[in-house]
Amino acid sequence: MGTQFDFFKKLDKTTIFIYLCLVVIGWISIYAAEIKDHHQSIFDFSQSYGKQFVWILTAIVLGVIILSIDAKIFPTFAYIIYILGIVSLIGVLLFGTTVNASKSWFHIGGIALQPAEFVKYATALALARIVYDNKNRSRNIKTLLKPAMIVALPVVMIFLQNDTGTALVFAAFVVVFYREGFIPGWLLILGIAAAFLFILTLLFNEFYIIGGLTALFVISSFFLIKKPSVIKQLFLLLIVINAYVYAVDYAYEEVLQPHQKMRIAVLIDENIDLRGAGYNLHQSKIAIGSGGMWGKGFLEGTQTKFSFVPEQGTDFIFCTIGEEWGFAGSFVLISLYIFLLVRLVLLAERQRSVFSRIFGYSLVTILFFHFFVNIGMTIGLVPVIGIPLPFISYGGSSLWAFTIFLFTFLKLDSKRLELL
Amino acid sequence: MIARSTQSDVFSRRKISIIVFIIIIGLLYLARLYYIQVIDHRYKIYASSNVQRVITDYAARGLIYDRNGELLVYNEPYYDLMVIPRQVTSIDTTEFINLLGITEEQFINRMQSAISHSRHKGSVFERQISKDIYAVFQEKLFRFPGFYVQPRTLRKYPYQMAAHLFGYVGEAGPSIIANEPYYKPGDYIGISGIEKHYEEILRGQKGTRIILVDALNRDIGPFQDGRYDTLAVAGTDLFTSLDYELQLYGERLMQNKRGSIVAIEPSSGEILALVTSPGYDPNLLVGRVRSQNYRNFQEDTLKPLFNRALMANYPPGSVFKVANFLVGLQEGGINLNSRYSCPGYYYSGGITVRCRTHPQPVNVITALQHSCNTFSCIQFRNTLELPKFGSMQEALTTWRNHLISMGFGRTFNSDLPYELSGLLGSSDYYDGIYGTRGWRALTVISLAIGQGEIGTTPLQLANLAATVANRGFYYTPHIVKAIGTNDNLNPEFLDRHNTTIDSVHYDAIVTAMYETVESGTGRFSKIPDIPFAGKTGTVQNPHGENHSAFIAFGPVEEPKIAISVIVENAGGGASWAAPISSLMIEKYLTREINRAWFEQRILDASF
Ligand SMILES: [Zn+2]
Repeated sequence: MGTQFDFFKKLDKTTIFIYLCLVVIGWISIYAAEIKDHHQSIFDFSQSYGKQFVWILTAIVLGVIILSIDAKIFPTFAYIIYILGIVSLIGVLLFGTTVNASKSWFHIGGIALQPAEFVKYATALALARIVYDNKNRSRNIKTLLKPAMIVALPVVMIFLQNDTGTALVFAAFVVVFYREGFIPGWLLILGIAAAFLFILTLLFNEFYIIGGLTALFVISSFFLIKKPSVIKQLFLLLIVINAYVYAVDYAYEEVLQPHQKMRIAVLIDENIDLRGAGYNLHQSKIAIGSGGMWGKGFLEGTQTKFSFVPEQGTDFIFCTIGEEWGFAGSFVLISLYIFLLVRLVLLAERQRSVFSRIFGYSLVTILFFHFFVNIGMTIGLVPVIGIPLPFISYGGSSLWAFTIFLFTFLKLDSKRLELL
Repeated sequence: MIARSTQSDVFSRRKISIIVFIIIIGLLYLARLYYIQVIDHRYKIYASSNVQRVITDYAARGLIYDRNGELLVYNEPYYDLMVIPRQVTSIDTTEFINLLGITEEQFINRMQSAISHSRHKGSVFERQISKDIYAVFQEKLFRFPGFYVQPRTLRKYPYQMAAHLFGYVGEAGPSIIANEPYYKPGDYIGISGIEKHYEEILRGQKGTRIILVDALNRDIGPFQDGRYDTLAVAGTDLFTSLDYELQLYGERLMQNKRGSIVAIEPSSGEILALVTSPGYDPNLLVGRVRSQNYRNFQEDTLKPLFNRALMANYPPGSVFKVANFLVGLQEGGINLNSRYSCPGYYYSGGITVRCRTHPQPVNVITALQHSCNTFSCIQFRNTLELPKFGSMQEALTTWRNHLISMGFGRTFNSDLPYELSGLLGSSDYYDGIYGTRGWRALTVISLAIGQGEIGTTPLQLANLAATVANRGFYYTPHIVKAIGTNDNLNPEFLDRHNTTIDSVHYDAIVTAMYETVESGTGRFSKIPDIPFAGKTGTVQNPHGENHSAFIAFGPVEEPKIAISVIVENAGGGASWAAPISSLMIEKYLTREINRAWFEQRILDASF
């Protein structure tokens, strides 16, 4: 008894509390989004909110099981779990069912599972293990190769399932590499700048950008006329940037599929195709925007209730919160999330074991990526990419996977003094 | 502490930039949310013009025709004023209630009942609004957000006849809605008659459309280009077996009388006419006026809602001798050579059954022709007392089973509304009254002449006529002949039902019934040039004047129509029921009546 009590004492109860808050907010929002009339039972298991209730209960049971496992199991079995994850991805490619054009689901009995959700967790374990095994090696782009392979393998397979959204999530590991010193800061900034320039290229005609940059170069050369070596370097940079801009434009026009192009186009131009591809974003903004300061009240949302907003229980769940609880509700949710993310960074930093720290950072960055994309797309700051809002969106795979992810880290954290 | 000095810790300051980045994104998102939720008012305006309305496209109910394609039931459009409570914002209530001509209290009550149904879904605010109000509403709808007009249809009947057969349509009640997911509040469902039995065929499939309306309550097009819309599928038409001219004529003949006419085509079981009198105009049980009229009919002492043709349970009287003789011939209680003299009564063991004067002696043919009670009693007793039956119970059960095979004592399970089974005395019944050994053939001798523990419906009697016409079999009498098109026969009723009596015995009965009309009790109703067969009956009525009964079919060879007629409180079968049958047969076979005085006598009669 004594040891069990100790074990609970060492757990980070703040994180557990926020977890429970988010799950409850999620369930209430799914209920509000999916209920069609007031007479239905809260626990109607034919409805998504009834099913989610079961998912939540089972997720909590899973969490407790994870907490009661010996923490050493996770590094020990990291590779095996990773291999199982990869096998499940192969399995789903061969035997899975297709939902929304993505062949990424297993249907077992009445429930549907999406292995890709669990592979994020498996990849985090394997990545933590491989870096841990080589912890005394120097960290640079060259030693990044093996860890990068660990991440790249599932990404390729998930792309093959045609589930672009989930594959993009693995980009979050770049931040882990940054934190661990594999990537220099300037490279990360360069990456972000490239993404920014990418959007800029799409916003404006590429010749304006190339012309503008060239003009900028001419003017600066005028001032730097006495430093020809700097001018030479700047010129090289100009060539590279212009080539990039042109390549981006070419890629956008020639490589992207029409529906992918549309997702970016609607983001840039508010009024494009309001009945077609722009519809989701437009309706999502109307739902959230019409919430006002204090919201319309629980179950009073007109936009979400009448299915103006698509996928309102899953990817666009934030619309219901924004509409029914207003800016006040949005504020609470975003604050909870940011608080959780920062808290998890601090927890990751206090780990003595490299394994635990990398695993913790993987959790933070993946959660952050989901948060960033999911909320961002509903308010028109990020292209519409169909990934769920962890702990909130309807869906068993996502809830289970993130619960296992979070509770594994909490278990590692509770044993941080014993793990090296 | 050793672990802390690993090389990677060199990068621990990078956590700062990561935390800062997370917080910056959080703040950026909050700023964006604050902008679209609090500062920018456009979205609230968009939302208010983003009002969705679910319109139900009610499928047109299938039409109902007669056997020759004459339209008997069709649909007439009308409009309901609907309301979606949560979309009702600021409206000029005074103007609204003046327009509708309702009080403020009514307005509040109706709004409350609509809210209790659903705040998000449409409820009927006023049913069947007039054309004038409809026109005004179409013009001013923009001033009453949340209200809209829903087109519906009502049944309409060009001929005021056969109301009981058609039945009626009404709103689905709470128990139906709870049990059958197809029906939603406000939906119509067939409540009786053909409308009920063929509900799923007639109703079709309703569709739904989702449209968007702007802040001015105007339709601005389909929601998501109609992605969620479903098309309504019109109901399937039905072809009844009725001959509408014959039905109309029958109802005319039965004016000012109580009783019924059932006419069947023997070769198919198709009901050509089914008259119950008094009836009512089917148009009276439609729409807004229905519940009031229905209550009036319920209180009417003439019971117009009571379908006598299917539900009246009369002791059949002498017409039942037809069935009894068939059983006697089949079992051997009598044969064609049996002859008895009739002293004007039947007497045995202290029981007397009276007869009338008629030629002597009688055999099967002449006994039926003159409706001799004495012969009937003798043959009935002979049959029950045949030595092959070990007991009275066995004998009566044999008799009963033969009658059941002819359609008595049970329902036909047809498509007719509220068909009753009638009554056939059973050995269990008599055992209960007299004890197992306490009764004999004489105890139940009244069954011989169709009195006592026996009840038959006019439909069963008409079926008996059809069975004799067919010489031994019948098809289930039914009212819907074909579904969809006139040649797509209703598959429910194609089975032939053979009786347990051999065909040869029917030949004798056909001869007897023919003689009945030629020179027996029915001779006053002979139709020139059309030989037909019949049997009169007088139903003893303890409550007043006897009922007049007749069954018949014609022509004798290849019969086209079999009929039963009962006129309550009219006296003997020969005087009223037989002439009505005769006119019906003449009308059906020749499409005209050549005996004006004969017809006029019936039309003038009133009981
Ligand atoms: Zn007699």
